[in-house]
Amino acid sequence: MTDLIKISKTIKLFIGGEFPRTESGRSLPVYVAKTKKLYAYLCKASRKDLRNSVTAAQSAQAGWAARSAYNRTQILYRMAEMAEGKREEFIETLMSTLGYTKIAANKAVNEAIDAFVYFAGFADKYQQMIGAVNPVSGPHHNFTSSEPVGVVALICNSKFNLGEVVAQISAVIASGNAVVVLMAEAGAATLAPLSEVLATSDLPKGVVNLLTGDLNELYQHLGTHMEIQSLSYQGSNKKILGELKEMAAGNMKRVIPPINDMLSLDHLVSYVEYKTVWHPIGN
Amino acid sequence: MRTISIQNEDGNQIAIQAFPIDEVGANERADFFTKRSVKKDSKLSALYLALSMCDLTTLEGSDTPGRVQQMCAKARFPVPPDLIEPYLIKRKAGPIPSVAAVCVYPSMVPIAVASLKGSGIGIASVSTAFPSGQAPLNVKLDDTRFAVENGATEIDMVINRSAFLSGDYQQVFNEIVAIKKACGDTHLKVILETGELGSYDRVRLASEIAMEAGGDFIKTSTGKINPAATLPVTLVMLQAIGDYYQRTGKKIGMKPAGGIRTSKQAIQYLCMVNETLGPEWLTPHLFRFGASALVNDLLKQIFKELTGQYYYDKVFSID
Amino acid sequence: MLDTESKIVNFEYAPSIEAIDIVRIEPKNKLFIGGKFVEPTSKKYFASINPATGEPLAQIADANAKDVDLAVKAARKAYNTVWSKMSGKERGRYLFRIARMIQERARELAVLETLDNGKPIKESRDIDIPLVAAHFFYYAGWADKLEYAVPGRAIQPLGVVGQIIPWNFPLLMAAWKIAPALACGNTVVIKPAETTSLSCLLLAQILQEAGLPDGVVNVVTGAGETGAAIVSHPDINKIAFTGSTDVGRLIQKSIAHTDKRLTLELGGKSAHIVYEDAAIEQAVEGVINGIYFNQGHVCCAGSRLLLEESISDLFVGKLKSRMEKLRVGNPLDKNTDIGAINSATEFGKIKKLIDSGIEEGGEFFEPSIELPKKGFFQKPCFFNKVSSAFSLSRVEVFGPVLTISTFRTTQEAIMKANDTQYGLAAGVWSEKGSKIHKTAAALKAGVVWANTYNKFDPSSPFGGFNESGFGREGGRHGLFPYLSIK
Repeated sequence: MTDLIKISKTIKLFIGGEFPRTESGRSLPVYVAKTKKLYAYLCKASRKDLRNSVTAAQSAQAGWAARSAYNRTQILYRMAEMAEGKREEFIETLMSTLGYTKIAANKAVNEAIDAFVYFAGFADKYQQMIGAVNPVSGPHHNFTSSEPVGVVALICNSKFNLGEVVAQISAVIASGNAVVVLMAEAGAATLAPLSEVLATSDLPKGVVNLLTGDLNELYQHLGTHMEIQSLSYQGSNKKILGELKEMAAGNMKRVIPPINDMLSLDHLVSYVEYKTVWHPIGN
Repeated sequence: MRTISIQNEDGNQIAIQAFPIDEVGANERADFFTKRSVKKDSKLSALYLALSMCDLTTLEGSDTPGRVQQMCAKARFPVPPDLIEPYLIKRKAGPIPSVAAVCVYPSMVPIAVASLKGSGIGIASVSTAFPSGQAPLNVKLDDTRFAVENGATEIDMVINRSAFLSGDYQQVFNEIVAIKKACGDTHLKVILETGELGSYDRVRLASEIAMEAGGDFIKTSTGKINPAATLPVTLVMLQAIGDYYQRTGKKIGMKPAGGIRTSKQAIQYLCMVNETLGPEWLTPHLFRFGASALVNDLLKQIFKELTGQYYYDKVFSID
Repeated sequence: MLDTESKIVNFEYAPSIEAIDIVRIEPKNKLFIGGKFVEPTSKKYFASINPATGEPLAQIADANAKDVDLAVKAARKAYNTVWSKMSGKERGRYLFRIARMIQERARELAVLETLDNGKPIKESRDIDIPLVAAHFFYYAGWADKLEYAVPGRAIQPLGVVGQIIPWNFPLLMAAWKIAPALACGNTVVIKPAETTSLSCLLLAQILQEAGLPDGVVNVVTGAGETGAAIVSHPDINKIAFTGSTDVGRLIQKSIAHTDKRLTLELGGKSAHIVYEDAAIEQAVEGVINGIYFNQGHVCCAGSRLLLEESISDLFVGKLKSRMEKLRVGNPLDKNTDIGAINSATEFGKIKKLIDSGIEEGGEFFEPSIELPKKGFFQKPCFFNKVSSAFSLSRVEVFGPVLTISTFRTTQEAIMKANDTQYGLAAGVWSEKGSKIHKTAAALKAGVVWANTYNKFDPSSPFGGFNESGFGREGGRHGLFPYLSIK
């Protein structure tokens, strides 16, 4: 037997549960770490891809939020299982495109799986930690519960960290939000295994949408899109953060401050709204 | 909406509908009327009005002809005219009104009739095995006929709560119809005994049945059960009256009874009637207070308004 | 039959005017900075009027950027030297003391509020001021229990907070802002609305009498420019704003490039759904209270009535006859249900929106009640059969103007209710429990009143979704905007 030429995977976008190429036909080359050797061409998402993702997220969100918390737990845990199955592919991608050592890559995958499991276990518990029955004076039952904000845009840190990306996605969707993720160039090749994990975990189509592209080209469109209710920019560029906050004022988007602890209740709670309901107690 | 089906006298099925009532909301709305401020001339005319709406009542096993005669005297002249005359002239106020009616047991009707001859004051008699209503219908009918034949101008019957609470609304309806027939032209007030019904929803339903069956007035209570009349329960009944009027054009009267002891309370009721059904209900024809202690408090307040001075009970007769 | 003829009596409520001699209004009102009442460096004053008569009540200092800077400096000094170092227990004691003093001077505060704002004395006496005291009481008790506010996390105060509040509930909004801020260990620079500064200044006097350390709360009076000076001040750590969505948007933009924290409690166009199986009489009352409470100057006013078509005629009929009984007039009269519109500007805005509604073709109704001759008075009114495309269905009127439209199914009711860029509050009436829960869960609003409306309590979190702003006031959740998690 002679070795045949290796079949490499085309890395596409992940929008509405599908794997389209960018409608723009543009691409971003990704190189093998510290070399000029081409690893793969990624899609360079356009404004229209972004719009399609937001539409997909928007139409998926209500149904996802209506799922039982238990069901969201199951699906997030399923993601951990599927990620375990894709361990080798993640490791290969991280080593090739980011120059991770095997040990470091393995650790990164562990962190990603930990994040899925952590938020899987949180999806049906955080409500009890942050809700309240309020002792109002008078004959009324009054309770505060939480709801997902809706569609969240995540702009990943340019310093790629797989565990953080997975933690952010999981924190957002655990409470029933849908998300559009703009992945940074570095590490963007992990979109392939990551999207396949998401696509095979019984996650409804459109709840998570993954894009690769040029942040500088797209952030304005994320900042101004009215269907987006919440915006998280975990990068370090103060100018971009300021501009995003400014644009967010257009429809009072919630701009999430830097998350200190990725695996925490505070992180998850950044993406919920509080609703207080009153009802009389009578006969 | 609660809907029950009743067969009327002509054998036709009719639907009786009752809106659900939110207890907390009804209480809140009723409480609103405790915040109304009625002062000066408005207060004086409200006190006069309230007095003219009183059914001065004695309903005790110990009632005797002597007791009823004394009460009737008080009904005619709540205060000795010469005691108050100078103040009335000073304030250019009209004469103190007499009460609307006295309210007694059937056996006392002949006494009351004799005592009140020519006064124009109504004679209301409770009937139908008051207060429990636990007697066969023929006994209730006899009770009623006795009072009517002896000169009662108004009958205060009790509904059959036993039937009502066991869900036999037809029986409740039938009894009211039968008593109404026995009354002839005599005015019929139907006592729901709201304190035994358990919810405003049921108060509303009982009100609808009582009006549909021919009651001229609906009345809260016998005065023998706690709670008796309250503002919210009266509000629920007034709203039923309002809706019935909208549907049929018939004006049904309202009588809260029991528990109304002060002028302040009485004025709150008047404000509630005024803002719920309108001023056309503010007449003894359509609104009554079933009370006894209230009369003296009204007199005290009237004196206070006329003289600027606070009075004590001893000035007025205790009857 | 009875033998007397029925006659209609004229049952009038004579005017029952609350005495105003309990209040002493200074002709010239200074700024409250560093624990003292001081002349504004601007030397400028503006007039505050009584909207019920149009007559001037007092002169109010107009704080400029320099005054704001002095206030921020005083607040910073108080934060660094006293307030952030004080134990929660001691801060709590101050707040408890303030709460008590507010109760002791409740009548005075109520009368002043009514004079300056135009709201009925009944409301300032029975709702605003008791809630002000309750709010201080509630947060007083939190001051030494903040370790339970965010379980498992260490927290700290933010520093100096700038607070800008509206004119519709002047003192209540001040309490909503000041009480949690102080409980959490922050110091405050607060600006009341320019038409309603007086009660906040009286509160400052109470704080002074309570011995609150100098500079912990500073009151700077003035209009938009004063507010802008607070928002743009570099030494303020957080802005809390209650007011219009337009101004909120401006604030969000203007501090975008800073690290200032922000909470916004903005406008609304809240839907009020009445299902056919509702407790009709109580729903009518709820709708009346929902839109005509406080002249409709309520951010969470139930201004869009959605009626199930099967009961719409019945309901509208009942609403009309109920409205005929509303008493619009002298706010100081204890029998007044609806007082004066707060200012000429607001009055003009409401009139203009009513005109636009008439032009758009809604069926207009106003009761045949009489209005006082003088002052800014508006009859409560509604537009029936409006389309959701009408500007009146979308724009916040902030006045006693209701729109009415119908729906056929629960799904349609929810869809129509959520058809707004706002998300502050909503109401729903049904006697069917499961339908209430379904609807309440589906409504995109921060507060849902089910079978009731316009209820407030210091323990109950309040705040909006979407363009009604972010952050919660009230309850444990109301602490979060004033704490940072370490």
